[in-house]
Amino acid sequence: MDDTILEAHSLEAGEGLIPQANWLELSETLQKLSKKRKFPSIWCSGCGIGIVMGALIRAIDHLGLDNDKVALVAGIGCTARMPGYLDFNTLHTTHGRALAFATGLKIARPDLKIIAIMGDGDALAIGGNHFIHAARRNLGITALVVNNAIYGMTGGQYSPTTPLGGRATTAPYGNVEPPFPICDLAIAAGATYVARSTVYHALELDKYLAEAISKDGFSVVEAVSYCHTTYGRLNKLGTAADMMRALKDNSIPQSALDRLTPEEKTANTKIVRGKFIDIQRPQYTQVYSDLITRVQGGEL
Amino acid sequence: MAVKLMQGNDAIGWGAIAAGCRFYAGYPITPSTEVAEILSRELPKVGGKFIQMEDEIASMAAIIGARVGGIKSMTATSGPGFSLMMENIGYAAMTEIPCVVVNVQRLGPSTGQPTAASQGDVMQARWGTHGDHPIISLSPISVRQCFDLTVKAFDLSEKYRTPVILLADEIIGHMREPVDLPDFKTIKIFEHKVSESPATYKAYRNTPDGVPPLAPFGTGYRYHITGLFHDQDGFPTQRMEDIDPWLERVNTKLDKHIDDITLLEEDVQSGAKVAFLSYGASARTARHALKMARAQGKKVDMLTLYTIWPFPEKQVEALGERVDRIIIPEMNLGQLAYEVERMVGRKKVRRVGRANGEMVTPQMVLDAMEA
Repeated sequence: MDDTILEAHSLEAGEGLIPQANWLELSETLQKLSKKRKFPSIWCSGCGIGIVMGALIRAIDHLGLDNDKVALVAGIGCTARMPGYLDFNTLHTTHGRALAFATGLKIARPDLKIIAIMGDGDALAIGGNHFIHAARRNLGITALVVNNAIYGMTGGQYSPTTPLGGRATTAPYGNVEPPFPICDLAIAAGATYVARSTVYHALELDKYLAEAISKDGFSVVEAVSYCHTTYGRLNKLGTAADMMRALKDNSIPQSALDRLTPEEKTANTKIVRGKFIDIQRPQYTQVYSDLITRVQGGEL
Repeated sequence: MAVKLMQGNDAIGWGAIAAGCRFYAGYPITPSTEVAEILSRELPKVGGKFIQMEDEIASMAAIIGARVGGIKSMTATSGPGFSLMMENIGYAAMTEIPCVVVNVQRLGPSTGQPTAASQGDVMQARWGTHGDHPIISLSPISVRQCFDLTVKAFDLSEKYRTPVILLADEIIGHMREPVDLPDFKTIKIFEHKVSESPATYKAYRNTPDGVPPLAPFGTGYRYHITGLFHDQDGFPTQRMEDIDPWLERVNTKLDKHIDDITLLEEDVQSGAKVAFLSYGASARTARHALKMARAQGKKVDMLTLYTIWPFPEKQVEALGERVDRIIIPEMNLGQLAYEVERMVGRKKVRRVGRANGEMVTPQMVLDAMEA
């Protein structure tokens, strides 16, 4: 394994290698949190979504949550298949609607930790309306958006986060639409925790996900990934490893960005990794619970 | 309880409260909005929750999500909103999550005429979402029945794990009548009892009666729910040995209990060779015409359907064997008449359809006896 990757993950050489035969059995965390018999996954070899799933598993394990008290809600797409592999209450819904289903579930069961798992098209195109309204209401839900900038499952059509000029099967001459900045959108809509990292920086994802899940409010983690099978091939970006390396080379932490001159900041085209907001606002189910108390007490 | 003057939409709201509905998600739309208004006021009083969602797609999703969490849930809408709900009505049918959808029908297609009455969504209630699926639809003819059938809708939805559509219309929804509602404590709704342990529980088990019990999320029964074709554990499958038994179970589960689901009223006159058949507001027209016809010494049967879907084939077929002519007034261009024709043949059926927002008049029904 590449030394720089090992270094980034603070691993020794032996630890970085995935055992071929009994890797599931060797991991206590995986034994506890995954539906073992459902592997192998549907994802292409080299896909980044599995790394996000790993980060989610480690985050939940780190928080020591009871499997019964966690619900994973997903829409449709490659990313949305993630809950099917994990041993929680898992709800695989319709395209774009994960947050709308999660809204009902959270209101019915405020005690559950609910994580809505979506791809970029799922969360921001067909589900864009639900995304901004869930953020506005500040429902206690974590939105995990895996951004690979393409519709992977349908074969590589351009999405609301495909870069300008990027080629897709429905943008054969290059994409003419500017992409959504997911984190800016979430902050503007009212999310109380927003962070971004990439699948190269898996341990950052662990940390951000753990923080987001602990938050009592609408939290968003954008996990920047890639689709080597469709976008990578159409845009001649090389192998999964090449695209992974590009995430390392073309991203900078917020702390490094802060040290740049204003001109350099304006000129920055790299993906900024970091936690962009972490504030407290009244959480919807708590506000409604207080309302019930006051109505029943004759105050309202 | 004391007699109160209320409109059908209010009675639907009270029916939901009486049935134990404790979550409502909806989006404002004429002529159903009063259902949302009354529940936004009453639900918090009984510890229930109300939310106004960003659209009807989200409303439908939210009520399914809440029922997955174990709370009986409902939404109400009309025409355009009903169209938007189709996607997740199919999801509820596929995943067998109970839910009640009230459609106070208005004139369509499209925006149509929001304040005008219609019964134009009969076929949409049955086939609006894509793919073969079971569905129950009930249609009230009075304010009191708005209450009773809302309660029934929850009961059937729970018992058979299916979405139930309460197909009201603008006339019944906005009509005011004095009603004496029953004591809510006397109302019994089917409750799921899960006797299996989490280790052996299957949310989609192939049970002989076709309806496996549903365990709510967060109660120790961890399982998967998906709108994809799934096996008995709820996991996606493409194996025919999983799909075929599922199709068989789900698409016959209502037939197995058809007598429990079918609600109708027969008013039989010995020797009658003509019958009126109707539902919803148009059944009131038909009943008025029935009185007029009988006052003139004519022999006429009347069949009022409260259960529209699954279609009461047995009773309609029997009626077709008894009479020579079935007259069907409805505020559309003959949607339910299609079903009756399927059972008794076209020659016996006279459609009295009207799709301009006006009610069918009793005279139009009487004229069809002669034509």
